[in-house]
Amino acid sequence: MLLAVIIWIFTIAIVAVFVGKYWWFPAGISEHAKGYDEQFMLTLMVTGVIFFLAQMALGWVIFRFRDRGGRASYSEGNNKMEVLWTVAAAVLFLGAVISSTKIWAGVHLSENRPNALQVDVMAKQFAWSFRYAGPDGKFGKLDIKQINDASGNPLGIDEKDPAGKDDIVSSVIRVPAGRPVHMTMRSRDVIHNFFVRELRMKQDIVPGMEIPLRFQADVPGKYEVACSELCGLGHHQMRSELEVMPPDEFEKWLKAQQQPQQ
Amino acid sequence: MASQATHVHHPPSGFIRKYIFSLDHKVIGIQYWLLAIFSVFVGMTLSVLMRYHMVYPDAKVSWFEKLWPTGASGGIMSPELYLSLMTMHGTIMVFFVLTTAPQSGFGNYFLPIQIGAEDMAFPRLNMMSFWTTFVALCVMMAAFFVEGGAPLSGWTGYPPLSAVGEVAGPGQGMGQNLWILSIAIFCGASLMGAINFIATIIDLRAPGMTLMRMPLTCWAWFVTAILSLFGFAVLLAAGILLLMDRTAGSSFFLPAGLIVSDKILDHKGGSPLLWQHLFWFFGHPEVYIAILPGMGLASNLLSVFSRKPIFGYKAMVYAILSIGFLGFVVWGHHMFMSGMSPYTAIAFSILTMCIGVPSAIKTFNWIGTLWGGQIRFTTPMLYALGFVSLFVTGGISGIFLGQPALDLYFHDTYFVVGHFHMIMGVAAIFGMFAGTAFWYPKMFGRMMNETMGKIHFYLTFIGVYAIFTPMHFVGIAGNPRRYADFKDFEFMKDLMPVHTFMTHAAFFTAAVQIIFIINLIWSYKKGAKAGDNPWEATSLEWTIPSPPPWDNFGGQHPKVYLGPYEYAVPGKTKDHVMQNEPE
Repeated sequence: MLLAVIIWIFTIAIVAVFVGKYWWFPAGISEHAKGYDEQFMLTLMVTGVIFFLAQMALGWVIFRFRDRGGRASYSEGNNKMEVLWTVAAAVLFLGAVISSTKIWAGVHLSENRPNALQVDVMAKQFAWSFRYAGPDGKFGKLDIKQINDASGNPLGIDEKDPAGKDDIVSSVIRVPAGRPVHMTMRSRDVIHNFFVRELRMKQDIVPGMEIPLRFQADVPGKYEVACSELCGLGHHQMRSELEVMPPDEFEKWLKAQQQPQQ
Repeated sequence: MASQATHVHHPPSGFIRKYIFSLDHKVIGIQYWLLAIFSVFVGMTLSVLMRYHMVYPDAKVSWFEKLWPTGASGGIMSPELYLSLMTMHGTIMVFFVLTTAPQSGFGNYFLPIQIGAEDMAFPRLNMMSFWTTFVALCVMMAAFFVEGGAPLSGWTGYPPLSAVGEVAGPGQGMGQNLWILSIAIFCGASLMGAINFIATIIDLRAPGMTLMRMPLTCWAWFVTAILSLFGFAVLLAAGILLLMDRTAGSSFFLPAGLIVSDKILDHKGGSPLLWQHLFWFFGHPEVYIAILPGMGLASNLLSVFSRKPIFGYKAMVYAILSIGFLGFVVWGHHMFMSGMSPYTAIAFSILTMCIGVPSAIKTFNWIGTLWGGQIRFTTPMLYALGFVSLFVTGGISGIFLGQPALDLYFHDTYFVVGHFHMIMGVAAIFGMFAGTAFWYPKMFGRMMNETMGKIHFYLTFIGVYAIFTPMHFVGIAGNPRRYADFKDFEFMKDLMPVHTFMTHAAFFTAAVQIIFIINLIWSYKKGAKAGDNPWEATSLEWTIPSPPPWDNFGGQHPKVYLGPYEYAVPGKTKDHVMQNEPE
């Protein structure tokens, strides 16, 4: 009896916290985030109903069928029920994943947008670097032997490559609102992960690989970047910022970064 | 059909033969069970330290400095110390608790008896598998005491972090080597155990004990052993490759172009993703290894204490078999964000949703078993009911995580931590509590104290919900996992009250476990003497004395006539019929 009550109380409390959204996602800032939130709500509805009914049913049978001195029923099962709930579970679970495939494909299986802003990302223990191609639109070659954090070359841009002379390297990532961004992500030591909550996406960054991640942020603001793959003792401090700027402000900022020729 | 292999080992004499280097599956089962109890207390202590640090990261604790002069200089736990405690917490819990007691503890003790055998198929191999596990535990614990301490790369040990050696941080030198060595030794022990279980079930069933008359615990132990066989073999290979990358200059997992602590490393040609595939090919079956025995036991207990046959025995068997089979093809759901091909993510997610179906079937069948029953709320039954509730809660969050689209946000957040703790750290542990409460009378000849049992159950049940449900909420808010503290991020400031709540819930729940230990010790001497069948259950272990004689059936060879869940049979005077009762 007590157990039934405890289960019911927990179930109602958990549902209440979800409904009340006391601790929740931050507002999304992209079309992808909108789609994400819809898929999350769909999944929440389906699982919420199953969770509620299953826990309530468990509490109910605990309450209703406590030993009252009689005989239990010698039922060994009910094939119709088995088929029914097997099919229902399969339809719901597979339905959920099939409906989410569109969102997944939108992030990882979509075409390159022609007007996308290209940003190189370099993750290291324990900081982020973001590189823009500068006026020539070309990224300079990278050379691991020229990596020098002290003199501001965390990526190891080859100083012999003219294309790299106007590359802009920043410790925060700034992008124009409303324009597709195409990040190419590298790590120079261990696995890291780029995560921005408001974008509703993250991606592991694996040494030896160049991994793309595409997004389009539509709402100006500053959003925290949190490394999301254990990378060592500074993992919890590997923070940066995504600053989404109105397009003209972004252009102003980009121009202001261009150093005079050394 | 079952062959009638009789065993040549005679009743043991002398303390060493009887209790230390014993060939008796019952002693070996208890040894594994005790090893798991020791390990869970170590693992739990580590988790309490972790939860303390997350909420009080700058606290000065004088005995931290005494224990860890470098890791906690000034009495303040450093992030690297936190990460190494976290690594060892996960490793000890997953391997030395969840992979020992449910299968090798209770399974070793009760599988032979439940199928009517005198012992396991290979008693010497059995003894070796326990002592090898023991050595593995010693090697693992040694990692705490070497220079640099325990590794900090998580129980998953992803390279390059785990492969590049000391340059990556304290504990990444000798500590990581010992970790790999311990795991490799553990793999060897598990393989020995797996072979033993499979051979025993195939060959040593008593006459009349068909596969479809086996209690569901036996089916669970059977499929778990098959998962172990293939899973641990792959983990052993992966561990050897990792050790070679670290010590022999190979580059299985290390690409070119690594620069760590300003040193350009010499490796090239390897892939960090290869480790992940190998590890999770083991790692996913591993979680089913951890939960299947508990599911088998829950089925038994719900039937015994509802006085009713299990609802849908055949469906339950098929569910165990499908979970086992599908368990081998879903490993990629741990790697959705890893950088592997997005197409494989889709394939893995469909298979992952498929594995949710047999789990759902089992849950509905458990509720169906209770329906129409006459439920006896003994302590083992309470744990079994708790198991069902916790399994629902823990399993449900899997529906979110199995979708790569949703994993785009939830990967490496506390949503994942909440999910796997609910399902492994709680449901599986409740399976172990249930097994202890249920089988203690048979193992030690005395009943456990019901009052202490009930208090322990209720307080722990409330406690674990309080610790792990909020993890889902902070996960939804985006709280990353494996963070030593949350000071650097604006968005985490609002989440600190939730963390404080979880930390206090953890302190409370950890303290409550003392009641369990006191009960174990008190009942050993003071518990009411147990007869052969205190629970009025029908499987073969309840047809023999408590505790059983050295050869289980006292020289008799049991003959089985019935299935394992003959409760409330119409036309019978008693409400249960033993499996060996002739028609």
